[in-house]
Order: sequence, then C-alpha cells, then structure tokens
Amino acid sequence: MEYFLELFFGGLTRGSIYALIALGYTMVYGIIELINFAHGEIYMIGAFTGLIVAGVLGALGFPGSAILVFAIVAAVIYSAAYGFTIEKIAYRPLRGAARLSPLISAIGMSIFLQNYVMLAQTSDFLPFPSLLPELGFVKHFKGILGSSDFIIIVTTIVVCVALTLFIKYTKMGKAMRATAQNRTMAQLVGVSVDTVISVTFIIGSSLAAVGGVLIASHIGQINYYIGFIAGLKAFTAAVLGGIGSIPGAMLGGLVLGLTEAFATGYVSSDYEDVFAFALLVLILIFRPSGIMGKEKIQKV
Amino acid sequence: MSNVTKADTGASQNPVAFFLTAGCESFAESLRKSVLASLWFIFLTFPIMVIKVDTINKTIDWRWMNMAYIGIGTFVLSFVWRWALARKELTKEESTRENISEKMLDRISSNSYAKYGFLALFAAAAVVFPHAVGMYQTNIMISCLIYIVLGLGLNMVVGIAGLLHLGYVAFYAVGAYSYALLNMHYGIGFWTALPIGALFGVVFAVLLGLPVLRLRGDYLAIVTLGFGEIVRLVLENWGDVTMGPSGISGIDRPGFFGVKFGVMDSITYAYYIMLGLLIFTIFVINRLQNSRLGRALLALREDEIASQAMGIDRTKAKLLAFALGSCWAGLAGVVFAAKTTFINPASFTFWESAIVLSVVVIGGMGSIRGVIAGAVILVLMPEYLRAFSEFRMLVFGATMVLVMVFRPQGLISAKRKIYTYVKGKSATNE
Amino acid sequence: MRGKLSFVLMAFALMGLLLAGCGGEDKKEAEAPAKKLILGVAGAHSGDLASYGLPTVNAAKLVAADINAKGGVLGMQVEVVAQDDQCKPEMATNAATKLMSDDVKIVLGHICSGATKAALEIYRDGKIVCMSPSATNPPLTQSGDYPNFFRTIASDDAQAMLEVEFAKKLGLKKLAVIHDKGDYGKGFAVFCKQFLEADSGMEVVLFEGVTPGAVDYSAVVQKIKNSGADGVIYGGYHPEASKIVTTMRKKGVEIPFLSDDGVKDDTFIKVAGEYAEGVYATGPRDISANPLYAVAEEAHKKEFGSDPGAFFFQAYAASQALLNAVEKAGGTDYDKVVEALRTQYVETPLGKIKFDERGDAEGVGFSVYQVKNGQYVELK
Repeated sequence: MEYFLELFFGGLTRGSIYALIALGYTMVYGIIELINFAHGEIYMIGAFTGLIVAGVLGALGFPGSAILVFAIVAAVIYSAAYGFTIEKIAYRPLRGAARLSPLISAIGMSIFLQNYVMLAQTSDFLPFPSLLPELGFVKHFKGILGSSDFIIIVTTIVVCVALTLFIKYTKMGKAMRATAQNRTMAQLVGVSVDTVISVTFIIGSSLAAVGGVLIASHIGQINYYIGFIAGLKAFTAAVLGGIGSIPGAMLGGLVLGLTEAFATGYVSSDYEDVFAFALLVLILIFRPSGIMGKEKIQKV
Repeated sequence: MSNVTKADTGASQNPVAFFLTAGCESFAESLRKSVLASLWFIFLTFPIMVIKVDTINKTIDWRWMNMAYIGIGTFVLSFVWRWALARKELTKEESTRENISEKMLDRISSNSYAKYGFLALFAAAAVVFPHAVGMYQTNIMISCLIYIVLGLGLNMVVGIAGLLHLGYVAFYAVGAYSYALLNMHYGIGFWTALPIGALFGVVFAVLLGLPVLRLRGDYLAIVTLGFGEIVRLVLENWGDVTMGPSGISGIDRPGFFGVKFGVMDSITYAYYIMLGLLIFTIFVINRLQNSRLGRALLALREDEIASQAMGIDRTKAKLLAFALGSCWAGLAGVVFAAKTTFINPASFTFWESAIVLSVVVIGGMGSIRGVIAGAVILVLMPEYLRAFSEFRMLVFGATMVLVMVFRPQGLISAKRKIYTYVKGKSATNE
Repeated sequence: MRGKLSFVLMAFALMGLLLAGCGGEDKKEAEAPAKKLILGVAGAHSGDLASYGLPTVNAAKLVAADINAKGGVLGMQVEVVAQDDQCKPEMATNAATKLMSDDVKIVLGHICSGATKAALEIYRDGKIVCMSPSATNPPLTQSGDYPNFFRTIASDDAQAMLEVEFAKKLGLKKLAVIHDKGDYGKGFAVFCKQFLEADSGMEVVLFEGVTPGAVDYSAVVQKIKNSGADGVIYGGYHPEASKIVTTMRKKGVEIPFLSDDGVKDDTFIKVAGEYAEGVYATGPRDISANPLYAVAEEAHKKEFGSDPGAFFFQAYAASQALLNAVEKAGGTDYDKVVEALRTQYVETPLGKIKFDERGDAEGVGFSVYQVKNGQYVELK
C-alpha cells in the first residue's frame, strides 16, 4: 500500500507539471486551432529566466523566499513576453493561411528558440538551486510525499481553479469563449480578436513558466532541451483530456502522469512511454474527442 | 502593422522611401516603431543574452555587448520586416499563386522545344552528377533524394488526402529494420528486400489506419505521433530482436547481379538506384493524382460529407492513401539502411517526421515540384550551412518561420487541373 | 499528363545542375598544395552531445599547433579539419565521405560508438586510419572487423568487470542495475548484469531503463527502494545520473550509487551538488601525475581560457599517437601507419602507449573514483 501511495503521489506531481503546460496548449488550440509546438520552449525559457534571476539575486545575497518570489515573477513576465512576441511574429501573419502553415512555423520557432538558448547560454546541464521551501508538516509523509511534490500539486490545483473562474466570470474570459466558438461572430459583437489571442498566449505562457520554475527547482537541473519532451507529453495530455477543454487538460495531465508512474512501478520503465501513448490511442479510439472534449457535429 | 494597406501609395514612390516608410504613414512613425521594437527586444533578450550566472561560484557574467548587438540588429531588421510584410500585401492581388520561378517553368513547358531541350539537359546533368562532383556531394545528394521520396510519399497523405500525419518516420523505420533484420538473419539481398520493405510499410499502415482513420484533424496527428514514438521505443527496448539501441551494423550494400562494389562505386550506385526510385515515384504519384482515387481524395479533403454523399467510400479511400504513402516510406527505409550500412533507433525520432512534414509544407502541399524544392532546401541547407557550424540550426529554424510567414502556401504551390469544355468536342484534358 | 512529369524531371535536374556548380568549387579547394598533413576530427560538434565532442577538437588543435611549431610532421604542416556528426550514424557517414573525398588519411574520432560503427566501414574501404578517444563499445576492436580502428580508451566490458568487482568489495549483495536505454549505457548495464549473474554471491534485483529527458524519475526511484536493493549500478551519462541520485537522496534512499565514466565528469558534481557526495564512478586511470598531463592542461588553459572537457586527454594522446605514427612510417601509407601504431611507443599524457593487434591501447585502464568534498578522488 505504501508503495502504491508513493507511486501515486510521484505520478500526481509529474501529472501536475504536464497539466500546467497542457493548459497553454489547450487554450491556444481552443482559440486558434494551432498546435503551438513552441510552447515547450516557452516552458524552458521560463525555467532559464528563473535560474538567471535566482542566480543574480543569490549572488547579491537575497533571502531564499524573496528569491523564489522574484524568480517566479520574472519567469512569468518573460515567458509571457516571449509568448506574445512569438505569436506576433510567427503566427499572426499566417492567420487565414492553410492550416498546416502555422504548424510548420511553430516547429521552426521551436528549433530556433532551442538553439538561441543553447548559443546564448550553454549546451551543458546547469544546476538549478532548490528554491522551494521545506514544509514542516510534510515530514510526516517522508518518502511518500516530499514538500516540493506537495507545493507543485497544490499550485497546479490553485492555478486551475483560478483559470476556470477567470474564463467563466470575467469579461475577458467571456470574450475568449466567444472567440473560441466563432471568431467572426465574436468580432461582429465587438470582441477584439487580436487582443483575445494575445491574452491567450500570455496566460498560457505564464502557466508554462510557473511549471518550468517549479519542476526545475524540484529536479535541480535544466538545459536547453528540456522543453521538447515535456512539451510533447503535455500536448499528449491536452489531447487525452480533450483539446480545447481546460478541465480536460488538467485531467489529461494527471491521467498521463499516473499512467506513467504505475507503468514504471508495476511493469517496467522500459515501456513507460509506450504505455502513455498506447493509452492515448485507446482512449481516442473509444472517445474520439478525448475524455472531456465535446464531439463536434459536422454540418455541410 | 494594422495600416499596411496605406502603403499602397508607397509603391509608386522611389524604392528607398518605400523601404523606410513601409507600413507606416511617415518616416517619423516608422522610426518610432523601430525604436520601440528594438527596445522591446532588448528587454526580451536581456536575461538570456546578457546575463550568464554560475550558481555554484555565485559569479555573474554581464555581456553588455550582446545588448547593443540586439538593439542595433532589431532596429534594422524591423525596417526589413515591415517592408517585407508590406510587399507581401502589395503583391497579394497580382499573384498569390504564382511566383517568378513558377512562371518560368510554365513558359518553358508551353514551348515543346524548350521543354524537351531542358528536360534532356537536366536528365543528362542528373546522370553525370556523381562523376562530376566528389563522393561527399553524391552522398548528401542521396540523402536529399531519400527525403524527396519520403516527402512525396507523405504528400500523398498530407497534401492530397489532407490527413495530418506526424508519425511518418515509423514506416521509414519499418522499412529500414525489415531490410536490416532480413539481411542479418537470412542474408536476403537488397533487391529482394525492397518490395518486402514496402509491403511491411503497407501492412503496418493498414494495421494502424483501420482503427484511427476515423479520427479527425489534430486527433489523428497526435495518434500518429504516438504511434511513431511507440515504434521507436519498441525498437529501442526489444533488444532480442532489434539489437536495441546499439543498432544493426554491417548491412549489405546493394549488389548488382552478384557483383559487390567498393565504397566509392557503391555510393554512386546507390545514387542511381535512388534516382530510379524517384523517377518511378514521380511517375506513379503523377498517375495517381489524376486517377479516380486521387480525385476522390481531393474531394474528401475539401468536404467529407459532400463527397460521401457523392458515393465515395471514405474509409477505403483514406486507408488507401495512408497505405500508399507508407509504402514509399518503407522503400526509402530499405535504401537508407543499405546506404548507411548501420541503423539504430536514434535515426527515427519525432524530429525526422517533423522535417519530412516541413519538406512537404514548405515546398507546397500537393505539388510534386514543391516537395522537390522543399527537400532540396531543408536537407541540403544544413549540410551547406556547415560553415556556420553552431549557428546552422538557428538559421534553419528561422528560415522555416520566414518561409511560412512570407509564403504560407509553400514555395511552389499546387496547381489544380483545369478541364476545359470546347463546344462540339468532348472535354479535353490539358 | 506528360507535361507534368517533365516539369518534375526538369525541376529535379535543375537542382542537380545547381549542385554540380557547388561541387565544382569544392574540388578546386581540395587541390591545394600537398605540403600539408590533414588530421580529420569527427564527432559531435553540435547538438545535445556537443560537450563530449568539442574537447576533442581542442585537443587536436593544440597538438597540431605544438607539432607545427616544431617544424611539423616530416616537414608537412598539420592541419585540423573538423567534421560534425552530431553522434548520428547517417551524419557520420556524411562526415566520413567528406573526409575521404578531401583525401584525409588519418582521422581522430568519432565520439559515439554508434556513429563510429557507421563511419568505420567507409574508412576501412578507403584505407583511412581512425582512432577514437571515447568509443568504448567492445565489438569495435574485439570483433576483428575493423583493422583500421584504434582507441585510447578501454572498452565497456573491462569497465563493467571493474565495477562489479568493486561492488563485491563494498559487500553489496542485491543490486539494481539501471540504464538510459542508450547504446553506451545499456551496453554497459548488460555487461554488469552478466558479470553479476555469473557471481553466486550477488544478484540483480532490478534491471530497468529510464527515458533520458523525462520530467522526473521518482517512479523508478520508488521501484529501486521497493526492490530491496542495497546498491545501484547506473549505465549512462551524467544528466540522468544526477537526476536519479538527487531524487534518491531526497526520498531518503541512501544506498551506494555506482556508475561509469559517462558520469565521471565534473558537470555531474556541479549539477548534483551536495547529493553527489559519496557517489562512485569508474573512469580512466588517474594520470594527473604524468608531467605531460600538466603540459596539455596548461596549453588548453592558455589557448581556450578554460579547463579541458570530456575525453580531452584521450584525444590529446590519440592525436599524438596518430601523428607520431605518420612520422615513424615516413608517410601516410596505410599499412606502414598501422604497423607503426602497433610497434612504436609514444609519450602521451596517458603514459607511454602503443596499440595491440585489436586496436586497444596497451597500458590504458580504469580505476574507481568517489566524490569526496565536491571532487572525484581515485580509490586505490
């Protein structure tokens, strides 16, 4: 039972990170139907910004908690700025072009950003300071649940609830839902579609940055390539949950993280990813729009 | 950049003024925009370009020079960017679908003397190519030819049938491994393995296609991506059969009726095999595009429900396209294994699928000439960019973005067949 | 219909012509004065494994500069030509054919075993001598397929043997063997498993591969904990090793962690920080007492302003051995160079070495290191 719980919380932590990144994929997809391949790179840039800020502040002798706050704030600001700029440069001029063109532009952007960070920083792995505080009460679960696991899971839940409320009750949230349903109609009733899309990118990128700093601090290392696999998995999670749906992304992330943890724990980590992708294929065969996705009715 | 259309008047002015004020009302405004862009990018790149921290020794390296480079670079580039966008906007009406090279090709093809003259000339050039240049050039040219064939195969799935396929490399791997394993265990030669590799590609495609082809758009994309990863992981982990990550070495090069060549000759030989395979591929795809199946697929791509109402069997048509596309991946895989003589799962990652897809989209979806152009650019560019060494992938990524931004329909776009009706005659086919 | 086909042929051939143009220029360059000896250096110079490949280029440059300052080899100035293969087999064959068409006779490289295997066949047919500072895959020399291959590093099975012996010395009984599913890591892990199973006093309680680059490894660590292992042997490179060790220690799994020379890298200590303390890793025998070692290190610091990276000294020794063999052989004749490599001793930072019939360097071996106070210390 203890082994089961250990695996369960390990999977939950990993799933929370997937969920944080998947939210960005799902929001962007919901609004402009684009698989934003550069999203994983935004996560990586968030982690790097966090590292740099933490390094500078650490050298200046700031206390640990201040470093954590500043690192996360800076990571969020910069990731949001990158997300906003990328959309403006690589996707906005392509609005109205064939469906695949922005996808290729996104793949190109992803290659560009990876190499940009590699050249400007380093190709080596860098140690990431552990910024997350040790929580006293978590000690009782020693071995089952670490305090960084706890912080990651709680942050993800809070963020997800906040995002759902934002989409549901604010004016901007309403505008986003309207744009997702029908862009032309939304424009007609006075929604500024450009602003909505920019805001979507900014929010999605900020969430990825939070995920980036949390996981980097949890694992203790980063390099320029971390965004690729995390992005791929998060994208899988978004589709699993039903792309375009926010609770779906959350659920998809957790299901994926747990599947991987149990596959490793009870079968073999050799086939960890095989299980993850096989689950995806199976779910899509029986529910072609993902777990929480709505089946679109096609009309002529 | 919302007021791009106002620059229409700018075209008649002199080009320098047009360049300086593209997309803006006045020079002052464009100057202001450029300064803002420059400041924005200085802000954006500040932590990553300027600061380099060492968290162990707590030292910080400030590289202020980079900030200056970024500032000046962005200032200049923002002019170029606005100018290029304004030009794209201006030329939109004249020719969205045609560019100079396309026009030239059209002109040549309309004159049959010029057409056959050029054809003979180019055919001759292709034939003497390996003798005229070094072995290295021939070798990368083979890679390029392999990518053209892969691109054409994927084009059938993505360009013609409109199915977004992100796991194409899985079938390439199936082809390569079927030759490598058959050769290792049973000593089966290249020519026997070629159809077998293609067959395996088809079998796998049908196995995957049957359950998943009813998925639409991006769901299909992620499932195919997942399938590609599963194939690679199985190759990596099923060590007893596939030799795992250490791969299979010492695969036989193609023989010629029992004659075996040295390295030099066999590379030349592989070049001719690939050339032959390419011509065959082009021939088949060309015929297929205009066949009943090809037209059915085009119709499906445009409107599924309408074409189903016209009596097209959706599943059958899609499955056929999927299987045919994979058949070429299998063929190319066999040639790849024979050419490198060593394969391991590292050659069949998701990036490979992404590159093949880029070949198709950058070249121009659905167009054979486009795919060729795309492969030439994407495969040969990194090779010739070796001079830029560490910057080459940066340039590569940026090029992908720029090509898409300025030519979203691809370099050479597909042309629809036009059927003209002439009174008194039956419909002719141009 | 015909028209379309011909367009295609035309477009294709047009590209052929264009390339023929490029190719022509390359040829002219190759016909430069013959008073040069080209030392080809192939390996990963870009991509995620670049940090393993670039130090080799530095080593070759330093050796070449040193020899050129002394008048060169047989009066020829040595020129270093680097070719990137990103550790990918298909890129390696491109690099190899590029070197071959440039008429290079001696090659230092490649870095990864897979890429080396792919390139070796081309070198063998082209009668090019190839010496790797880092390709440790046993069959490269042991299969006897590649008489033109030499290396200045010991092979994986020797390393695995040492690792298992050391584990026995530590008194470990139940071992978890973990690897990164890669060519190098899995090969090493499989050898360890074989040696462990042959030993009646020890058993393998867990044999698993982890996915490099995965977000975290907590599930695998739980599994290690649950398996009741009293020691972990890890085959692979340092990024995954540091993640696993960190996770283990954070979860309170304090059993010994043994690894290979992919982990015996200072980056590992830097990244894993305090959690690296006490980790064992096998690596090439400590040679820092050798006076030539200091010379090479000093030269690197002076020229590049930093400490040398992975496999630098192996590459330094290999460059010296190759150039020395050309000097002794009186030219780049294949048979004579191979003969000279097998018979003539050469002074290098690794000691006085020559090569055996199979191509392995004599007198090169492994020792076990342990991280103590943030540094690898050799255990005697």
